[in-house]
Amino acid sequence: MAVLVYADHDEAVLKDATNKAVSAASMISSEVHVLVAGANIGAIAAAAAKISGVSKVLTAQSAGLGKQIAEDIEATILPLAANYEAILFLASAAGKNAAPRIAAKLDCALISDIIEVVSTKSFVRPIYAGNALETLESMDAKNVITVRSTAFKAADNSGSASIEAITAVDSGHAATFVSESMVKSDRPELQGAKRVVSGGRALGSAEEFDAVIVPLADKLGAAIGASRAAVDAGYAPNDFQVGQTGKVVAPELYVAIGISGAIQHLAGMKDSKVIVAINKDPDAPIFAIADYGLVQDYKTAVPELMAALG
Amino acid sequence: MKILVPVKRVVDYNVKVRVKSDQSGVDLANVKMSMNPFCEIAVEEAVRLFEKGVATEVVVVSIGVAQAAETIRTALAMGADRGILLSTDLDPEPLTVAKLLKAVIDEEKPNIVIMGKQAIDGDNNATGQMLAALLDWPQATFASDLDIANNKAKVTREVDGGLQTLEVNLPAIVTADLRLNEPRFASLPNIMKAKRKPIDIKEASSYGVEIKSHLKVVKVVEPPKREGGSKVESAQELVSKLKEAGVL
Ligand SMILES: Cc1cc2nc3c(=O)[nH]c(=O)nc-3n(C[C@H](O)[C@H](O)[C@H](O)COP(=O)(O)OP(=O)(O)OC[C@H]3O[C@@H](n4cnc5c(N)ncnc54)[C@H](O)[C@@H]3O)c2cc1C
Ligand SMILES: Nc1ncnc2c1ncn2[C@@H]1O[C@H](COP(=O)(O)O)[C@@H](O)[C@H]1O
Repeated sequence: MAVLVYADHDEAVLKDATNKAVSAASMISSEVHVLVAGANIGAIAAAAAKISGVSKVLTAQSAGLGKQIAEDIEATILPLAANYEAILFLASAAGKNAAPRIAAKLDCALISDIIEVVSTKSFVRPIYAGNALETLESMDAKNVITVRSTAFKAADNSGSASIEAITAVDSGHAATFVSESMVKSDRPELQGAKRVVSGGRALGSAEEFDAVIVPLADKLGAAIGASRAAVDAGYAPNDFQVGQTGKVVAPELYVAIGISGAIQHLAGMKDSKVIVAINKDPDAPIFAIADYGLVQDYKTAVPELMAALG
Repeated sequence: MKILVPVKRVVDYNVKVRVKSDQSGVDLANVKMSMNPFCEIAVEEAVRLFEKGVATEVVVVSIGVAQAAETIRTALAMGADRGILLSTDLDPEPLTVAKLLKAVIDEEKPNIVIMGKQAIDGDNNATGQMLAALLDWPQATFASDLDIANNKAKVTREVDGGLQTLEVNLPAIVTADLRLNEPRFASLPNIMKAKRKPIDIKEASSYGVEIKSHLKVVKVVEPPKREGGSKVESAQELVSKLKEAGVL
């Protein structure tokens, strides 16, 4: 039976994470469909149709879907569920919000945040902030899954799937959209970025965060991340939090500045290819996992680093 | 208005767990247990709504072993009114927890349920959304701000790319994110007072919900170890090492 992937996009671009979920889906079934839901999705659907391994793109268009209203996603997907052996979402805020609702309606477990497909019914996922990995075997006939995108290679874009519109079901407005405030940026997106520069509590203020982390990120062409302490203190937006309960990243280069390396932070970045830590405390736990540790005050280290980068 | 807050007893967030050598799970013997931090935030929010006069009663419920009564007691010391323990030695999956919570809600008829977005043991982030589905209630997950008026909740949510505000009709499920509030420490007089607050202990099996496993744990292993610990002396050396490593 086919597998359905719920596309991750912001109505402007189809996120690369979708290609990664398609890779995971292809390990479960040779027939993969992608559902593109939203208000403004023409270009997104065309992009999804190019993902290799996808045979059909379904489009569902409504305002509620555009705002990722879980009730509307549930109402739209449930009538399709009989056609699929598995339904995959990304482990993004939108996916985590909607997937468990659908699983409960289908009376099956949610298998969240998978990092490996062992077989069509068996998956690996991290638990306890990534300090353990559990292999699960599902006894449900149908599986609802969220996929940790950093753990899968993106399927390439040489496909040509058909596109078919389906009905977007309105759940009846028990939840209504009021407003949103999105962080606008030309920078690479945190989760898909090849390089990430993150700042911690040491930065001490939003001004200092902007003065130190932003130019370094610009120089490296990197996305910006932050520890929970930095976000809680208002130095960086919520959306920048890397960790167990924030975003999980695995860039080629992760630079942690003034971050101690609590297990909750490590959970979100320890699968990065190369980790750099700048911290004035030689005993900071971050050094235990850093490939290159620099024990120095960031106030001297970062300007010197900027100069050395040229 | 009555608020129900489900709370879970989990490994304390400061503990780095170890995997058992037989790969059957993590070793929880003699490990410090606490209330799940997100549940603390949910309790705090409910108690604040009570203090503001928005809520008239805060009921906490936990599903788990007998010691989960201590977790309930902590919530009572923070200001909740009474507790319900659904005792079981099994470790029910989120779907079963949601079914049991639904059974409690059918009896208690709260106007709103505030719970954690995620339990830091299984890191599932599922129970609230599942409960909303089973009840056919609206949900507002990952809340960083909650405002209740006119039988509606206005909730600001932490979403991909920023913040979103939703309005949900009550009854509804709200799940708490880290920045909803900063939970208080219970004062000594309140800890003493909490000892006299009622906790109703029931067998989880008495609710007519089958405690069934949908997932079989095949094995639990340690993640691959990362070899770190190398130091550089200067920013210049760092840059040349990064060039050697091919990441610059
Ligand atoms: C339920 C829960 C969930 C959590 N989720 C997350 C999460 O997702 N992500 C996350 O990051 N955290 C999370 N945390 C918080 C986590 O436990 C830590 O509190 C947090 O990561 C600490 O942030 P920090 O490293 O910036 O601050 P600190 O731990 O205070 O570290 C600051 C570091 O800066 C160094 N420093 C100070 N001044 C300088 C200087 N001038 N130059 C160089 N170095 C300097 C210090 O030596 C120190 O090591 C969570 C906690 C809980 C309870
Ligand atoms: N055994 C339990 N007893 C009470 N509440 C629970 C239990 N398990 C999960 N919850 C609630 O569901 C939330 C999310 O947990 P989870 O879906 O397991 O990540 C927790 O923060 C609790 O509020």
